[in-house]
Amino acid sequence: MKLTLKIWRQPDSAAKGAMHTYQLNDVSPDMSFLEMLDVLNEDLNAKGEEPIAFDSDCREGICGMCGLMINGQAHGPEVTTTCQLHMRSFKDGDVITIEPWRADAFPVLKDLCVDRGAFDRIIQQGGFISANTGSAPEANNLPVNKADADRAFNVATCIGCGACVAACPNGSASLFMAAKITHLGLLPQGQPERETRVVNMVAQHDHEGFGGCTNIGECAAACPKEIPLDVISQLNKDLRTAIKRGH
Amino acid sequence: MGTLDPSGTVALNKASVQKSDDAAGFYALGDKLVDDKAPTGPIKDRWTNRKFENRLVNPANRRKLSVIIVGTGLAGASAGATLGEAGYHVKTFFYQDSPRRAHSIAAQGGINAAKNYMEDGDSTFRLFYDTVKGGDYRSRESNVYRLAEVSANIIDQCVAQGVPFARDYGGLLDNRSFGGVQVSRTFYARGQTGQQLLIGAYQALERQVAAGTVEAYSRHEMLELIVADGRARGIVARDMVTGEIETHLADVVVLASGGYGNVFFLSTNAMGCNVTATWRAHRKGAYMANPCYTQIHPTCIPVSGDHQSKLTLMSESLRNDGRIWVPKDRADRDKDPRQIPEEDRDYYLERIYPAFGNLVPRDIASRAAKYQCDDGKGVGPGGLGVYLDFADAIARLGRDAVEAKYGNLFDMYQRITGENPYEVPMRIYPAVHYVMGGLWVDYDLQSNVPGLFVTGEANFSDHGANRLGASALMQGLADGYFVLPNTIREYLADGPFDKLDEAHPAVAEARANVEDRLGRLLAIGGERSADSYHKELGHIMWEYCGMERTKEGLTLAIEKIRALKQDFWSNLRVLGTADSLNQSLEKAGRVADFMELGELMCIDALNRRESCGGHFRAESQTEDGEALRHDDEFAYVAAWEFGGGADGEPMGTPVLHKEDLIYTAIEMKQRSYK
Amino acid sequence: MATTTLVKGARGSRSTVALKLLMAGSGLIFIGFVLMHMYGNLKMFAGHDAFNTYAEHLRTFGEPMLPRTGLLWVLRIVLIVSLLLHAYSAFILWGRANGARSQRYAVKKNLASSLSSRMMRWGGVTLLLFIIWHLLNFTIGKINVAGGATNDPYNLVVDSFGTWWLTIIYLVAMVALGMHLHHGTWSAMQTLGFTGTEAARRRAKTAGWLVALVVAGGFSLVPLAVLFSLITK
Repeated sequence: MKLTLKIWRQPDSAAKGAMHTYQLNDVSPDMSFLEMLDVLNEDLNAKGEEPIAFDSDCREGICGMCGLMINGQAHGPEVTTTCQLHMRSFKDGDVITIEPWRADAFPVLKDLCVDRGAFDRIIQQGGFISANTGSAPEANNLPVNKADADRAFNVATCIGCGACVAACPNGSASLFMAAKITHLGLLPQGQPERETRVVNMVAQHDHEGFGGCTNIGECAAACPKEIPLDVISQLNKDLRTAIKRGH
Repeated sequence: MGTLDPSGTVALNKASVQKSDDAAGFYALGDKLVDDKAPTGPIKDRWTNRKFENRLVNPANRRKLSVIIVGTGLAGASAGATLGEAGYHVKTFFYQDSPRRAHSIAAQGGINAAKNYMEDGDSTFRLFYDTVKGGDYRSRESNVYRLAEVSANIIDQCVAQGVPFARDYGGLLDNRSFGGVQVSRTFYARGQTGQQLLIGAYQALERQVAAGTVEAYSRHEMLELIVADGRARGIVARDMVTGEIETHLADVVVLASGGYGNVFFLSTNAMGCNVTATWRAHRKGAYMANPCYTQIHPTCIPVSGDHQSKLTLMSESLRNDGRIWVPKDRADRDKDPRQIPEEDRDYYLERIYPAFGNLVPRDIASRAAKYQCDDGKGVGPGGLGVYLDFADAIARLGRDAVEAKYGNLFDMYQRITGENPYEVPMRIYPAVHYVMGGLWVDYDLQSNVPGLFVTGEANFSDHGANRLGASALMQGLADGYFVLPNTIREYLADGPFDKLDEAHPAVAEARANVEDRLGRLLAIGGERSADSYHKELGHIMWEYCGMERTKEGLTLAIEKIRALKQDFWSNLRVLGTADSLNQSLEKAGRVADFMELGELMCIDALNRRESCGGHFRAESQTEDGEALRHDDEFAYVAAWEFGGGADGEPMGTPVLHKEDLIYTAIEMKQRSYK
Repeated sequence: MATTTLVKGARGSRSTVALKLLMAGSGLIFIGFVLMHMYGNLKMFAGHDAFNTYAEHLRTFGEPMLPRTGLLWVLRIVLIVSLLLHAYSAFILWGRANGARSQRYAVKKNLASSLSSRMMRWGGVTLLLFIIWHLLNFTIGKINVAGGATNDPYNLVVDSFGTWWLTIIYLVAMVALGMHLHHGTWSAMQTLGFTGTEAARRRAKTAGWLVALVVAGGFSLVPLAVLFSLITK
């Protein structure tokens, strides 16, 4: 396949970036999207042009490190991560526009790499259950209804890639945050900190400069792990309860 | 087992005496290595006693004691959280943008624990027994027993953190049998157990970051260990965003930096997994133990072309229902497999191993696939694949049942290959998955460099020559949550150590070394990318130091790696600068270390003239071609001391220190699967 | 706007979610209001006297306990406060959303969002302008574009919608209102936390369609009926 790639290049956070156009002539449909970029980088290196910086790590769709805006869609045209997208999803002669996640809370570090430290800080504000090592009771002392446990697992599969933020017209991280709040809120272990958790996480979310949610659903559609929009409802409910109880 | 002496003082085997010397000329023999921290007494009391014997650190003193942890996978994140909770001042370093990205996250299957919830005869001793046996009697019994002992606590801890393990309808935890063992002791969270466990540890770590006990350094890569006055006292790290070289000093350094499977270029490891942290420590004096011990997983998706950057594992459970075959006639290789009639197919595992069939252990299944492909019967691109066929299972169980069991794996396969496994047989091929080798540590997880502790896959300690399924997660969390916090205090009880400053010659030297090395990599100005060298190295390693090894092959590999390394340092091209985000530069540094490691792995493999665990030495097989272990010669840990040599120069002769493996609680037996 | 600091002393009431709760709450009041308003409008079909009696009754409701137009003023105050809160929250959140992505995408596709949801902000502004005109038209200014009497509500309506361009303004506004309600109803349910399951989410989405169609359709009947001379003086 022959492809025309329009790729965002930006030397560092402070610099202004711009789209650059590259041609790639020998792309196999069996390549993953990132392998296609590897090939482009080999080409660039051979030509003496600095390769394009982009993040990836596990390349099996679970670490959440990769994430590109491909033709205006977070992670591209399939419901999966960028690393699991393959070139057979494109046609010979396609023009592909590749941009980094765009959100002021995710500053571009270089080219297609962004800083998602804001997610870690949101987790620091209560995205956990306080259980010091060694303090745990016998695991089977606390049965958990299977339906709740299954749902907790489903929403806990969030990989923290940031596609929800990238896809949201408001640049909101509500889906990310709500997935964690729902996961921990469904389990009995998560109850003692439930109210402070939601208040503190939402406060950090706002502080980081993410936008508010307008319930339009772009996030859930972009989520490679198909986290449903229902979790945001849960977040809202938890926050409402927390306000009522004086938090 | 009842015949064993419970006092734990009677050795059941003699120290081995090596007769062969295949690696003569490539190494020097050093003194025997003795683990002076090895516990004694009845095996079931050893850990309890050690926890009591190790000194405590006064809570008020803890905040004056600083700990550096490199890596935030299961072993690193759990240690960081636990030490932070205890009140130590912890700094964690990781090359990813968040601790949650570490490659522990990709583990699918589950985590073993001797809870015996199924009342199927499991016990701490049985988990210990299975692990030592699975490791082909090349691990230390005390370490493994401890691992089995703390395994149950891990589950309690994870459940308390909110890890959503699978449960049954009564709301209690569910278990499954995994990796061919006969008890159900594997806890799991669908096919994403590693992810859920890592996120649990990550959240515990982030809680400590918020509490101020842990400082997290994201996108930082350790490039040098600082050893001052005989103790590991810090690291030199590069901020991968700004390129700044930073020195970080502490009372103790913990490496939890994972395994080095990427020395093979293609593996199931993440792109960024590397050996740099452990290799730099090795160059500073830490012994590298059993570096040639790698695990090769039989059910990975085959390579589709030269562009391939990594391999993807599919759960071994596929072999429960899939049948593995190749065409009998080489001419049928490129035929549509559905057109090949039954009588022209060779279900070679069922034919050779009628008792176990498609469920033979990982190493046997892997090697058998390699033989078929070497014989020209491999299918798919490059002839590197064998069929894993579900047609029978679909006919027998129905498509829906197969989908319910393996749907997510089939989807993953289809996404990657573009082929529908419900219609066309899957193609699989083995891939490097895990390394049992790593830095040598004593029972307290301390390397031979005082103050340098090593945990998780980065150390060598618990899996011997082969790792059981669902045991990697167990070891990572055991080390981080329960073992290290109890052993590191014995070392820290003597601290805080003398304050170091940047001007200390050891610090200045380490820093200068890093700067010099980065400068050299950028200045070579040759033609080839680091990636192209990495690929070439990977080919050599896979060909000669992979599933089957020979003396000739390994000797040739050493020669090739040395030539490649020389070319690397004269013809590498790294563009960009050192003071910015530069992924080519990061890669170049890692590849340079992989080359040196690769050479040592080949030397270690050359010396170990036995087939053992995941490794098959062609010179050591039974009459019917099965692996033949030599306990009389090789029941030892091969701990290698760095032989010297500056970066970019040929390495000096490594020195081999042997640590004898003596068992008191388990008797060595030869495996047989026929 | 990225930061590396952690918020201390967070209050739930000072969050973006609290603003959303304000929007949802005030929005629900509007939904109640437009449903009642639409019901009243349909009185036009009952004829001149019925409609005018209804309009007068709105003013005398509650007498003598309440003064004349007492209840009407209570309602008006509730509506004005709701409008202020609704618009205030909307503009704050709008501003935040703009600030959250100062560098736009070169290419951006929408996958799941409905047209209604994407039109909420400009649609809201349109409705605000419309409400101002509407109040001038029928409540405050009582402007009769046909030049007829303004003291007879029924006739004022018929005169107004007998004017084609005014009917078009009203019909466009009803499309805007329908779209606003289509997303707004579901969104309020989601914000209030009533849609925590897939089934509840589907129900709320259906409710959005239903409210939108009933209100926008119901309101549009009168202008259309006047336009097509089904309602005459």
